[in-house]
Amino acid sequence: MHTESLSGQGVFPARNTEPRPEHPPEVPLAIHDLTVAYQRKPVLWDIELNIPEGKLVGIVGPNGAGKSTLLKACLDLVPRTSGWAHIYGVPYRKARHRVAYVPQRESVDWDFPVNALDVVAMGSYRRLGWFRRVNAAETKRAMEALDQVGIAHLAHRQISQLSGGQQQRVFLARALMQDADLYLMDEPFAAVDAATEQAIVDLLRRLSGEGKTCLVVHHDLATVTSYFDWIVLINMRVVAAGPTAETFTRDNLQKTYGGKLSLLEKAAEALRSTPR
Amino acid sequence: MWTSFDTWIVIVGMLCAVACALPGCFLVLRKMSMMGDAISHAVLPGLAIAFLVTGTRASVPMFLGAALAGLLTALFTQWIMRFGNVDRGAAMGIVFTTLFAIGLLLIRRAADHVDLDPGCVLYGAIELTPLDTVALGRFDIPRAALVNGGVLLANLIVLTLFYKEFKLSSFDPDLADTLGYSSQFLHYLLMTLVAVTTVAAFESVGSIIVIAMLVVPPATALLLTHRLLPMLLIASGAAILAAVAGHLGALVVPGWFGFESTTSSGMIALASGLIFLLAWLFSPDQGIVMRRFRAAPVPIDPLSNTNTDTA
Repeated sequence: MHTESLSGQGVFPARNTEPRPEHPPEVPLAIHDLTVAYQRKPVLWDIELNIPEGKLVGIVGPNGAGKSTLLKACLDLVPRTSGWAHIYGVPYRKARHRVAYVPQRESVDWDFPVNALDVVAMGSYRRLGWFRRVNAAETKRAMEALDQVGIAHLAHRQISQLSGGQQQRVFLARALMQDADLYLMDEPFAAVDAATEQAIVDLLRRLSGEGKTCLVVHHDLATVTSYFDWIVLINMRVVAAGPTAETFTRDNLQKTYGGKLSLLEKAAEALRSTPR
Repeated sequence: MWTSFDTWIVIVGMLCAVACALPGCFLVLRKMSMMGDAISHAVLPGLAIAFLVTGTRASVPMFLGAALAGLLTALFTQWIMRFGNVDRGAAMGIVFTTLFAIGLLLIRRAADHVDLDPGCVLYGAIELTPLDTVALGRFDIPRAALVNGGVLLANLIVLTLFYKEFKLSSFDPDLADTLGYSSQFLHYLLMTLVAVTTVAAFESVGSIIVIAMLVVPPATALLLTHRLLPMLLIASGAAILAAVAGHLGALVVPGWFGFESTTSSGMIALASGLIFLLAWLFSPDQGIVMRRFRAAPVPIDPLSNTNTDTA
């Protein structure tokens, strides 16, 4: 089934030839031996991760650490050089209905001629399938989703006339429309106002209270301990992953954010120690 | 003097203009407005090779050759963007100049004795379209009207069927992919529409109209609306207006200066530019004149993060 493993084909030396470790099917996200490279430069290296169910998980690391790429690799948006990511035990293409993705706000053109309600309704497109139009029932759900993020009154406003925080709420409402079990969010807290930040936190806690799993790329170290149950510290590799209280330590942060030079040395060392 | 000739010229112009404006809306929204320009130049080697292979100037092989070259332009542009690490504009520039040059060389080397005139390709001959008719029942319909009408119909069908999908993949291609709508498939479907439209239109009316109509009416519509469906409708309206005003202008305006009538193709393109200018000046909420008259400033600064809407 798993043909993604291309590690034997040159760019990167083959590793991890032992059989796949078993993982229980209820794990929302299981990643094994994941390596991603852009233009032959590795961005993620040998990621091994199991995200527990129902947790609010923060992904923390410096710029360029591969945080966004990790989400995209799980969603088949970037090609994997090796390894796999399974969602509830199956590849992403078989689990689309269980995942919602909130991309970075800057990833789209906010001058696009649509209003907030149009964007939120896009969250229903997978349910609708090819050719079928957004119907009254889905429009109603979209209004409810906008209400849940507190901007139902802005439903008919063109998206360029929304503030940054309101735009982020539109994206969250769109994800709510997907009615998923696993939410992958890329920097939802980036450049939003305090009220929106609190609204997002409340929403994340509510989702996690309903047994949903949220994986959130986060950049503000000051709020990590108060927002997340579980964290993944990442800098090209997974430095540490586990419950926030045990994992968010000075030592681990040093390893994650340490100087670039020491990082390169570690990568070189890892290459040398790789069995050919 | 208005004759049935003029009526047909305007009809052909309108059909072609709307056929271009519809896929053009999505090109403009995807920030690839010049794709039509690129494709319309890059089809030249397709025409030349089709001629060299079949030895005739028959429409069907020419059309297929040109449409294929148009699609290859889109494909090569994508590759060069990905592997050459350059932006889309530069990639298009590389591809269409190279293909255009190959086309010129092929025509010079192998088909010089044949009337495959690059100049004719650029400026077209919309004035001559009523001469080339096809009998349809009791009526003689200009072939160009049938071709452009057919393309318009095809574009309407595809854009209606895939409206939701094009909207999604133009706004957020990553979301389209995660929801199971291949943004790549939709990209090449749109490129196919653009290639076929471009080739069909310029074969009859010249590429200057095509390039203008793919970009200018959609850009005009964007000044006048903030919704996608109205944008498509307004762009179509602006395209129709440009065709009518352009042909009228070609007949009348030169007379004011003591000249004979001028080329309708150029005038239609010019008219679309003037319509854009009017929209830019007088758009109710974005026009620079209207903005000056408005008392209250725009309610929300989109760059501001001081949001008080927490209700």
